[in-house]
Amino acid sequence: MEHSEPAVLIRGFIGKHLVVFDDDATFTDEDHIFQMGFVNSLFAMEMVGFVEREFGITVEGDDLDIANFSSVRNILRFVEQKRTVM
Amino acid sequence: MTKEIKCVVWDLDETLWDGTLLESEQVRLKPGMKEILHVLDERGILQSVCSKNDYNHAMTALKERGLDHLFIYPQIGWDAKSILIGNIQRELNIGFDSILFIDDQMFELDEVKSVHPDIFCMQTIDQRTFLDIAELNPKFITVDSARRRSMYMDDMQRKQDEQTYNGPKEQFLSQLNMEFIISPATEEDLARASELTVRTHQLNATGVTYDHDELNRFRQSDSHRLYLCELTDKYGTYGKIGLVLAEITDTHWHLKLLLMSCRVMSRGVGTILLSFMMDQAKKDGKKMLADFRKTDRNKMMYITYRFANFKEIDVREDGELLLLENDLSVVQKYPEYIRIIVKER
Repeated sequence: MEHSEPAVLIRGFIGKHLVVFDDDATFTDEDHIFQMGFVNSLFAMEMVGFVEREFGITVEGDDLDIANFSSVRNILRFVEQKRTVM
Repeated sequence: MTKEIKCVVWDLDETLWDGTLLESEQVRLKPGMKEILHVLDERGILQSVCSKNDYNHAMTALKERGLDHLFIYPQIGWDAKSILIGNIQRELNIGFDSILFIDDQMFELDEVKSVHPDIFCMQTIDQRTFLDIAELNPKFITVDSARRRSMYMDDMQRKQDEQTYNGPKEQFLSQLNMEFIISPATEEDLARASELTVRTHQLNATGVTYDHDELNRFRQSDSHRLYLCELTDKYGTYGKIGLVLAEITDTHWHLKLLLMSCRVMSRGVGTILLSFMMDQAKKDGKKMLADFRKTDRNKMMYITYRFANFKEIDVREDGELLLLENDLSVVQKYPEYIRIIVKER
């Protein structure tokens, strides 16, 4: 599990907001968020807002690919990419 | 004003009643006011109070006149009225452009407008003609509109319980005994279905409104499916809160309309209705298409589609109108805390 500040932030956000299917579930950075928990519209919207706010990036329509948001690792990679482009 | 008003916010002193409560207990309701309040309530228009007064003092005065139960999230205190009205708007989760604020003080109206430019304001009303204003006459008065206030009151209780609950969210949700009932639209449902297309903005895929006759044709057509859904929990019913329309082609289920009332957003039911449709299409051996029209408020719906694995395959009208496709290789399962009940035609 990655211990960088962004990774901790993202895990914290998901742990707090995602309604998980299994109460005792523990997350690794590779786990598929959309399979571990119930991603409803509000969570999805909050997660996009969180990533924009926390990392100072703008999530465009094209970025809203499930692959960019499906695990802690993928979100980190996505944020990194967006920041390099900027 | 052109849009329907969903909530009327009343000032008290010299607006709802003649006189100033702090100066005299002898305030008198303005003539005809009682009837106005009750008629608006029956029409399904919510009402609240925004007044600079002592909370208990003013609520007692309303109670003595048998009116306190008509107001939802009453805001009585000494904060700026823009803040008080902001509280009402946030709690109800409706747009400022669907709120009418009535206050005899021009200063208060200006202060509120300076912060919330989209709100509608009136300084005085003519009690004889007030109820005739077009924006206060909803096109539809359905079972759901007549019980709207009580459904919002149930919501207040839910929110309170949710805020004071100290356990995992999953546990809280599972003790609500939620049931999500999906049923093909009947003729009696059409007024409500049409009302939903007009009233719903945030979780609305196209913003297209349909009238009774159009919906009735889809309802009877063999190449269309029109479903309504209702949500209930231990506090009561949320009413009929969602609508979906699909056209069945040789290769696809094509979603023409998908919408969900904003009151149930936090319960995740938008995603459930979408999953249900995806399931049905998959069983039918087809793929899925969905129309999406961008508005200034429905980004959440777009994210919902994209996170359900829909891809953009066509863009029209300068990117405003999108066609999304899903091969249905992955369909998100339903959360365990909601029982899904599907009624057949």
